[in-house]
Amino acid sequence: MSKMRDGRERSWFSIVTMTVLCLLWSIPTIGLLVTSFRTRDDVLTSGWWSALFNPFGAGWTWDNYDQVLTGSLDMGGAFINTIVVSVPATIIPILLATFAAYAFTFMEFRGKDIIFIAIVAVMVVPIQVAFSPLLDLLGPRGLGINGQFIAVWILHTGFGMPLAVYTIRNYMSTLPKSVIESAKIDGATHFQTFWKLIVPMSVPVLAAFAILQFLWTWNDLLIAKLFLQNENTTVIVKLQQLLGTQGQGAELLTAGAFISMLLPLIVFFAMQRFFVRGLTGGAVKG
Amino acid sequence: MATVRFEKAQRWYPGADEPAVPGIDLEIGDGEFMVLVGPSGCGKSTTLRMLAGLEEVNSGHIYIGDRDVTHIPPKDRDIAMVFQNYALYPHMSVADNMGFALKMAKVPKDEQRKRVEEAARILGLTEYLDRKPKALSGGQRQRVAMGRAIVRSPQVFCMDEPLSNLDAKMRVQTRTDIAKLQADLGVTTVYVTHDQVEAMTMGDRVAVMSKGYLQQVDTPLRLYDKPINLFVAGFIGSPQMNLMEGVARDGKVQLGNYAVPVDPTAAKKMNGNVTVGVRPENWRLLSEQDGEGFPIRVTVVEQLGADNYVYGTSDVEGTPSTVIIRMSGRAVAQKGETLRVTTDPEHVHVFDTDTGERLSD
Repeated sequence: MSKMRDGRERSWFSIVTMTVLCLLWSIPTIGLLVTSFRTRDDVLTSGWWSALFNPFGAGWTWDNYDQVLTGSLDMGGAFINTIVVSVPATIIPILLATFAAYAFTFMEFRGKDIIFIAIVAVMVVPIQVAFSPLLDLLGPRGLGINGQFIAVWILHTGFGMPLAVYTIRNYMSTLPKSVIESAKIDGATHFQTFWKLIVPMSVPVLAAFAILQFLWTWNDLLIAKLFLQNENTTVIVKLQQLLGTQGQGAELLTAGAFISMLLPLIVFFAMQRFFVRGLTGGAVKG
Repeated sequence: MATVRFEKAQRWYPGADEPAVPGIDLEIGDGEFMVLVGPSGCGKSTTLRMLAGLEEVNSGHIYIGDRDVTHIPPKDRDIAMVFQNYALYPHMSVADNMGFALKMAKVPKDEQRKRVEEAARILGLTEYLDRKPKALSGGQRQRVAMGRAIVRSPQVFCMDEPLSNLDAKMRVQTRTDIAKLQADLGVTTVYVTHDQVEAMTMGDRVAVMSKGYLQQVDTPLRLYDKPINLFVAGFIGSPQMNLMEGVARDGKVQLGNYAVPVDPTAAKKMNGNVTVGVRPENWRLLSEQDGEGFPIRVTVVEQLGADNYVYGTSDVEGTPSTVIIRMSGRAVAQKGETLRVTTDPEHVHVFDTDTGERLSD
């Protein structure tokens, strides 16, 4: 039997376990995928697995995708809207949180610990309880930006920041202090130290958080539903609207869900290569 | 190039019960290689970091040349620092690492390249200029860290245990390389180490520190020959000096039945409890028949070829658990055997046991 890359023997037990687990985790997605290609009648009369056992007898159809994409729902527009929501709602909190994390890690200022504790503490505030006052604040009686993209950007930024500051600061505090001191002696300002040293060295955590935040904003239903209008709403809200109160349109939902998964998958595979461990390798000793 | 002067420079970490460095006075000459040595926690690194501007100076002053740099930020002090863990920028090539300070100082590009290439040539790094630190060996990384200091042609080099992450062989080689480089460049250097061998072999002068205080600042040989107190006596020299507690009596020091001869200055000054120090190489072997001298039962013999180090015990109270004797590499000593040794007055260091002060001249 061939060896693994690190020279150990292959273990059948782990191979079997891994395969079984992968199958288990994939079953819901496979079911969704299969269902999205079935007709409404089929879905109502038999389980999706029966189509797998009898692939040629089942009535496969593109209709669901066709209806979702070309129907009255304007899914294409919603797709664009979601990108317009998600990209700034990912970049803005990460940018701000990275600045904040740098200050919390490498600068000395009065009240640093208290502010940090406060930021971590607000993570426990559930997003739902904040909606009512925020609707008031962003609505016509307050700032009057409710229903615009900027309102959603602000909300995603606000709710994403605490966790971002926390995780990025924790990562930065593992960076070698002497590198920062060296930069200080070399005459780098805080700004230069940040952009030329800290950001490049923090790429793994920034990529990780970017993926999380992007998925969160992409899949968000609550904020988009409450703070956007029907003309500029996102894919997820549209999907939810596909579903009638009596459960009609469920077959469209499956196709729509697959369309909405496309971009997150692309983002994930594109960012994956930044998850390199040992990015700081070579900075300190050996 | 410049002198460095500490004037009662104090560092008190916020929240600490006592200062890490209560107030240090030290003058370092132009182009001098000064080594700060001491056990961990003695304040040597803190002292260096005060000079570099990485630690705040709570009171007192630090001068580089005639300039008071006490409250000047690190980048304006015209110093360069080599860190224990090198602190290289991992995502930059060797050339960018070395040129970073010049880039920050907005030195013209071609001038930058010239100085980086010159430093790389001196350190033998020319072929590695495009590599990332990750692709270098420990010794090469150490040289990049040195190169980063050299390209700036600063007035003072600060080195914080730059060799302690190298393996034993590289350390010895790099030790001489750094000493030679420093002599060639003639840049005033402050070098921190906990290794007294490094201190002795590299320094023009060595400052021995303990518990935040300077114990003695002198040339390596003077430290070895005239340690000013018990701490320096025990710290400098490898193997260690044998320090034995005895009682002053009739111009000699009594260790059990053995009367240690001492020099006239010490004989005049000493009184009551004193500690005598004898370096391992200063014992003389007596033949067994004499029945005189200091009896030592051999427990371990280390044969190094050129020398033998004999570790033994004596039953006399106050002597350390092991007494070390250096013998010629071909001399024979058996485990369990009792050796009788004596020494000469000019090789005996006498210290006051209570104050630790040196009593010999």
